[in-house]
Amino acid sequence: MKRNRLGWLLGWSLLLAAAQVSAAEDERNWTNVLKDQYYQGKAIVESDSVITVDAPYRAEDPALVPLKIVSQMPQTKDKFIKKITVFVDNNPYPFVGEFEMGPESGKADLAMRVRVNTYSFVRVVAELNDGQLFMAKKYIKASGGCSAPMGADLDAAMKRLGKMKFRVPEQVKTGEANEIQLFISHPNISGMQMDQVSRTIKKSHFVRSVNVTFDGKPVLTAKTDIAVSADPNFRFFFVPEKSGVLKAEITDASCESPTSRAVCTSGNAYSESYQINP
Amino acid sequence: MRIFLILLCMVIAMPLYAQSALSMTEAAQGIYVHQGKHELPDTTNHGAIANIGFIVGDRCVAVIDTGGNPDEGMALKQSIQKITSKPVCYVINTHVHPDHIYGNIAFKMRGVQFIGHKNLARAMAARAQFYLDRAAEQIAVDLKPENLIPPDKAVNGHMKIDLGGRVLELTAHAAAHTDNDLTVYDPATETLWMSDLLFIRHLPVIDGSLLGWLKEIKALEKRSFKIVIPGHGPIVSDWPKSLQPEKQYLETLQQEIRALIKSGKFIEEAIETVGYQFKDQWLLFDQFHRKNVTAAFAELEWEE
Repeated sequence: MKRNRLGWLLGWSLLLAAAQVSAAEDERNWTNVLKDQYYQGKAIVESDSVITVDAPYRAEDPALVPLKIVSQMPQTKDKFIKKITVFVDNNPYPFVGEFEMGPESGKADLAMRVRVNTYSFVRVVAELNDGQLFMAKKYIKASGGCSAPMGADLDAAMKRLGKMKFRVPEQVKTGEANEIQLFISHPNISGMQMDQVSRTIKKSHFVRSVNVTFDGKPVLTAKTDIAVSADPNFRFFFVPEKSGVLKAEITDASCESPTSRAVCTSGNAYSESYQINP
Repeated sequence: MRIFLILLCMVIAMPLYAQSALSMTEAAQGIYVHQGKHELPDTTNHGAIANIGFIVGDRCVAVIDTGGNPDEGMALKQSIQKITSKPVCYVINTHVHPDHIYGNIAFKMRGVQFIGHKNLARAMAARAQFYLDRAAEQIAVDLKPENLIPPDKAVNGHMKIDLGGRVLELTAHAAAHTDNDLTVYDPATETLWMSDLLFIRHLPVIDGSLLGWLKEIKALEKRSFKIVIPGHGPIVSDWPKSLQPEKQYLETLQQEIRALIKSGKFIEEAIETVGYQFKDQWLLFDQFHRKNVTAAFAELEWEE
C-alpha cells in the first residue's frame, strides 16, 4: 500500500517534470534563436499589461488561424505603442510581420490571420515610443488533418491576385478610433511546396509590405511574411479628424529560400483607395 | 543450400507483404466498394478511412482510389485478384486527399495508367511536402515523394475510358470539395462514383469552394442515378434524397455566414456561432465544422 502510494507520487512528479520540460522546450526557439536575432541585448517584459493576444487554443485550420491583439492602453501623443511584431516560434520562418503605428491610430489593436505549422507559441512583442518592450504569447495546437497550408481554390486565388478592398464602419466618427478592415487578395505562396515532377521547391511569392495612409499620413506601416494566411486580412484602428482618402499600397516579393530572406526579388505593387466621409 | 536460404528468406519475408484482402461489397454488377470507417486518420487506422474500390470490364479493371496507405493499396490489389483475373489498366484518383491516394504505389507497374483531374498534379505538388512531413506522426506511415503518383492522363472537362464492353465517363468538376474533384459514371448500371462530393454521416469537409460545391450539387441533383457511391458513408440507392443532408448543411453555412458578413461581423464570431444546430446530425462534427466555417467565411467575404 505504502509502496503503491510512493509509486503513485513518483509517477506524478515524473509526469509534472515531463510537462515542465515540454513547456520549456516550447520556449527554445525563442530563447535560443529569435530573441537574440531580433532583440539582442534588450530587456523584454512579459506581461499582459500593454497588449494581450487571443487565438484559438486548437486551430482546426492551420492555414488560417485568426489572431487578435488587444492593446491595454490608449494611443496618446506622449505614450503610444510604436511597433508590434508577431512571431510563430516553431514555423519554418517564424517572423510573421511587424506593424508600425502612431498616436493617430487611437487604439493599437490588430487582427490578422496566420499560418501555424505545428504546435507553437504565437508571440507578440510591443515596442512603446520610449523604447520599452512588452511581450504576450499564446500557445496554439495546430491540427493538420486534410488541410494544408496551401490549398482551396488556387485558380480563384491567382485570378484575384492584387485585388484589395476596405471595410469601414457605416458611420465613421471623427475624433474617435474607427476599426478598419483591409482585404488583400494574394495566395501568399510560402515556398514550402514541392514540385512533384522536377522535385524542386517552388519559390515563395508573398505580400512583403503593406502601407496604409490617410490623406498621405501613415496609419499602418507593415512588413509581412509567409506566415500570413492566403488573402491577407488586417484589422486596425485610426482616428480621422475630417473627410479624406484612405489608401493601401502593397508590394509582393519572391525569395529563393523559404527560410532565408537573403536573396529576394521584388514583385509588383498594388493600391486601393477609399473615400472617408464622416 | 543457397536455394534453401532464399526459400527461407521468402518464408520469413512473406508475412510482411501478405496483406489480408479488404472486405468488398458489390454495389452494382462489376462495381466493388470497400467502405471505410468514420474516423479521423490516425496512427491506429493508418489513414484507411475512405471508400475505395474498382470496376471490372471485359478487358480490364479500373481502380477508383487506392486507400490511405501503401498497405491498404496492396490489400485492395489482393481483393481485385480474388474477384477477377483481369489486369488493372487504370487507377483513377478522385482528388488529392491522402485517404484516397496514399495506396497509389501498390499499382505502379507497366500497363497501368493513372488518371486524375487536370488540377490534381498541381495540388499534389502544393501539398506533398506538408503531407509527407506529417505522415509518420499522424498516421504512422513512412511515406516518400514516390508514394504520390501524379496522373499520366489529366481530365479536363470529360473523358471516356473503355474497360472492354464497359465505357466509364469521367468528369472533372469545378472547385467544390477540393479544386480537383473527379467523378466516375458507369452508364451500364447507372452508377455514379461521387467520392467526396458526397458525404453521408461523416461531416462534409470544405477544402475547395463552398459556392462551387453547391453549384455542382445542384447540377447533379437534377440527374437520376440508380446507385451513388460517396467518398465516406454507405452506398445509396435513393438519389437525390441521400444528398439532402449535405446540401442543407452547406446551404445553411452559406446563408448564415453571408448574413454575418452583411452585418459587419468578423470571422472569429462566425466560427463560434454558425451551424451548431447540425452538431448531433453528423459524425466528426467537432473535428471539421470549425474548419468548414473558417474556409467558407474566407471565401464568402470576397463575394461581390
